[in-house]
Amino acid sequence: MHEWALAESIVMAAVEEAQKEKLKKITQVTVFIGELQQIEKEIFLFALNELAKSQKPPIIKDAFLLKTEKSTLTCKNCGENWKYDDMKKKLNETESESIHFIPEVVFVHARCPRCGSPDFEITKGRGVLISSIKGVR
Amino acid sequence: MEPRTSVIEKRLKDINRIIAVASGKGGVGKSLVASSLALHLAQKSYRVGLLDLDLYGPSSHIILGVKDEFPIEEKGIIPPKIHGISFMSIVYFTGEKPSPFRGVDISNIILELLAITQWGSLDFLIIDMPPGIGNETLDVIRYMKTSEFLVVTTPSKVAMGAVGKLLMILLELKKPVLGVIENMTMTDSSFIKKEVHRLQARYLGKIHFDEHLEESIGKPDRLLKTLAMKDLSRILQKIKL
Repeated sequence: MHEWALAESIVMAAVEEAQKEKLKKITQVTVFIGELQQIEKEIFLFALNELAKSQKPPIIKDAFLLKTEKSTLTCKNCGENWKYDDMKKKLNETESESIHFIPEVVFVHARCPRCGSPDFEITKGRGVLISSIKGVR
Repeated sequence: MEPRTSVIEKRLKDINRIIAVASGKGGVGKSLVASSLALHLAQKSYRVGLLDLDLYGPSSHIILGVKDEFPIEEKGIIPPKIHGISFMSIVYFTGEKPSPFRGVDISNIILELLAITQWGSLDFLIIDMPPGIGNETLDVIRYMKTSEFLVVTTPSKVAMGAVGKLLMILLELKKPVLGVIENMTMTDSSFIKKEVHRLQARYLGKIHFDEHLEESIGKPDRLLKTLAMKDLSRILQKIKL
């Protein structure tokens, strides 16, 4: 369950930011989950809620709002745009799991569906990001 | 907001020393020195980790003879133990396929590996660095603030030209440089020693070219008995490793 490690980074970053902003309480943390990382949402949310206990400043119950961000991959060679969803049928289980751990290995296991180039970029939906933190001063 | 940077310090907090084996130039034997250093320390019963950060051309797994091992998923990923060394590499996720990564991807991979790898308590974490002073070197300096550098060159003037630039930037940034190892020597030339001293770094000594070394690749038990390993052990004594 490597979701735990990512959840830990979210909680630590939110607490750090709240301390900087002198918040007395964190009431909401909105987290974007990039499609490419294929996070198990239930496990991730469980980890976030467990890790949120006994933090300073405190994080209120059910503070985490998870939003899935669809991926966009863009070919630098021909300009084609596509989604992880469009190509995942072509990946075997090992390849897909490797992308789950390190999203950038998509460049190793996939190619542009139009021109076959490995030179594309992840323009959206890579991994986990905090989009906003709300709290009480 | 990028959350992964917040957790890196915690992941590294139980590691006593981090030593990055680096060079400005490719093909000078960094991976062999890094793997041999890790084996040498593990043989002395230290708890050792080895992180291969050469993401385009990882090779520590070839030197250590890693076959079908894979990290265990447990609140992150726990590197498998290879000959007593906790070993982490991109190769678990790429297999032997080519890795066409751009600079921004390199930094993202390093951040991800540092954020999710659970090293536990280690006496030493050895990093096998890629050549040059690009993303990987700058990211190690940025995120692994306690890193010390062990620099490798060959006797070549061409290699030393690039190695000199790495030394200059490390010294400018006041990073601890343990010294410079001259690898694959075939003559008694003192050119490298003089150059290293001119750059105000410590020259540690020579590893002589060992024509039988190739036979030990993938066989750590044999690697430990090579003449190159004897030379390296002598050098490591000077820096109390």
